[in-house]
Amino acid sequence: MSLSETDTTSESTVGSDDSCVPYDSLPHLPLPTEWEPGQEYAYRFISSRGNEYFCEIDEEYLTDRFNLTNLNTEVQYYQYALDLITDVFDLDCDDEMRETIEKSARHLYGLVHARYIVTTRGLAKMLEKYKKGDFGKCPRVMCNSHPLLPMGPSDIPNLKPVKLYCARCEDLYNPKSSRHATIDGAYFGTSFHNILFQVYPALVPQKSTERYVPRVYGFKVHAAAALIRWQNTRRDEMRRRLRKNNVDTGFKDDDECDDLEDEDEDEDDIGVDEHGRPIDPEAMVGVA
Amino acid sequence: MSTSSEAPESWIASFCSLLGHEYFADVSEEFIEDDFNLTGLQSQVAMYKEALEMILDVEPEDDDDDDEEEDDDDLDDEDDGDGLTRRERKHARMASDLSLIESSAEMLYGLIHQRFICSRAGIQQMSEKYELGHFGVCPRTNCGQARTIPVGLSDIPGEDTVKLFCPSCLDVYVPPNSRFQTVDGAFFGRTFGALFLLTFPEYDLSRSGPEALHLGPAQCRLNEEERHHQLNGLYRKNIAPGLGRDKTYQPRIYGFRVSEIAKSGPRMQWLRDKPFNVMDLDEVKKWAAEHQDLDDDEHMGVNGMAVRRRQPGNARLRQQAQRKAHSGSPMNVETNGAESEL
Repeated sequence: MSLSETDTTSESTVGSDDSCVPYDSLPHLPLPTEWEPGQEYAYRFISSRGNEYFCEIDEEYLTDRFNLTNLNTEVQYYQYALDLITDVFDLDCDDEMRETIEKSARHLYGLVHARYIVTTRGLAKMLEKYKKGDFGKCPRVMCNSHPLLPMGPSDIPNLKPVKLYCARCEDLYNPKSSRHATIDGAYFGTSFHNILFQVYPALVPQKSTERYVPRVYGFKVHAAAALIRWQNTRRDEMRRRLRKNNVDTGFKDDDECDDLEDEDEDEDDIGVDEHGRPIDPEAMVGVA
Repeated sequence: MSTSSEAPESWIASFCSLLGHEYFADVSEEFIEDDFNLTGLQSQVAMYKEALEMILDVEPEDDDDDDEEEDDDDLDDEDDGDGLTRRERKHARMASDLSLIESSAEMLYGLIHQRFICSRAGIQQMSEKYELGHFGVCPRTNCGQARTIPVGLSDIPGEDTVKLFCPSCLDVYVPPNSRFQTVDGAFFGRTFGALFLLTFPEYDLSRSGPEALHLGPAQCRLNEEERHHQLNGLYRKNIAPGLGRDKTYQPRIYGFRVSEIAKSGPRMQWLRDKPFNVMDLDEVKKWAAEHQDLDDDEHMGVNGMAVRRRQPGNARLRQQAQRKAHSGSPMNVETNGAESEL
């Protein structure tokens, strides 16, 4: 894809800095279905309700035919839709036709969006939104509200709705709001969030071994505990593999961790005095 | 004691119908009136007596004399440290800092609730709420909207808000709606989530919330055949149904998997992993097999798969013994692991 073209594009797009204005503060903005000449389609699109996950596509990117390769087979009334997106639409037609073209335009914008966000400029824009937490926070308690990234389980349109990826627990979550849950996942694609961390490796969050352990009156539950033990073995195997390859394992308390964990687990076996402190056998000898 | 008939709705009912209190069960007055169930709560709640009266909708005037007497006892435990004389206290009450009592009552109700939902009647009531989908569904995509259970991460009030425990992936999540972020997790407690699973093992945990609501409770239990297979105290089908290799997200770029060796490669897959054959989690059987005959390698080959597993018992002692045996650095453990994998 045209990484190089977008590299050189200037900051000429109007309103690119406003791409992340929260929708609540823009109550009177028209929906994309309401045509208002003079206002850029991309800007209206991203600032309408439900489209908070999208970033504004540069005009230069939209007008470069190379970037739109093959999309004409995917989108109905492709040329009209493209005209609408690039703000040169001047067809006189009835409302029904207008509605169809608007729908096509939204679809086209989404598909171009999937291509745009993996370019240098697109990544930078999405990164800004990621840092602001525009895509929401991870619902997993142990992730401490880590910001999410949108992703599509499939690159083919109309198959799977958008999901949210947490880089800390590396898992996918459903969007909280139903207006986001119906966005097509193909508008973000399967690769974008992984490319983002390849391009900005410094942003890979530190991983944590912290987790929830189901307990009944302080006692671990056998079924869950057995599974957790098995999972911990898998994790330790992975760490060993990574260390063998001299790769940073990315965990907070690396290296010493294996030993520390064993100590934690065995704490129950060590004698404990009345203050809850473990009894040091040698100290006991000293007292005697 | 009896509830006041003039109030159109009892305090408990109105508390449970408040916005954000959807997870709460109606604690029966029977349970509250049994003093045994309230053991130790006097010292945790300020204005305990007033709060209790409020919860039970008892008019304070009715038992004013008892009140005075019991206050003497209460003072020792209560320790509110405000140093007011009794008259001042009474006056203050007449001036009625109702909001203070109200918040005390909420705290007290919460703490009783924590105990109630672990009782037979309480957990039964919560199971009905679970069946009706009052607790929401897991936000994790691969759990397929499995129903969740409210839990606390601490039994001490004021530490953390209520969370949702997903039995399908054994993880805890923040409730989707911010109105639950004012509900104390201690009002549900750490025990309830796991105890629920042990009390009602026959729920089909993999069912999605909407599906369960559509099919009705009877259809969402494990069938006869599924109940034949048990493992580690649960039905086999109910051991983390949302986990496993096929339910783990595999990061890909243009269809190619991201390598583990990459800096941005996957590191957390273990968290959502589960043995392909869940019987690998049968540690007792495994241990027996390992110790029955040390030369019985063939048997190990069948049961042990390619996975090195932690043996039961004191890991540290074992490790020390291993270290002694190999009389080397801790790095030797690594070699041990590699060997046993082969």
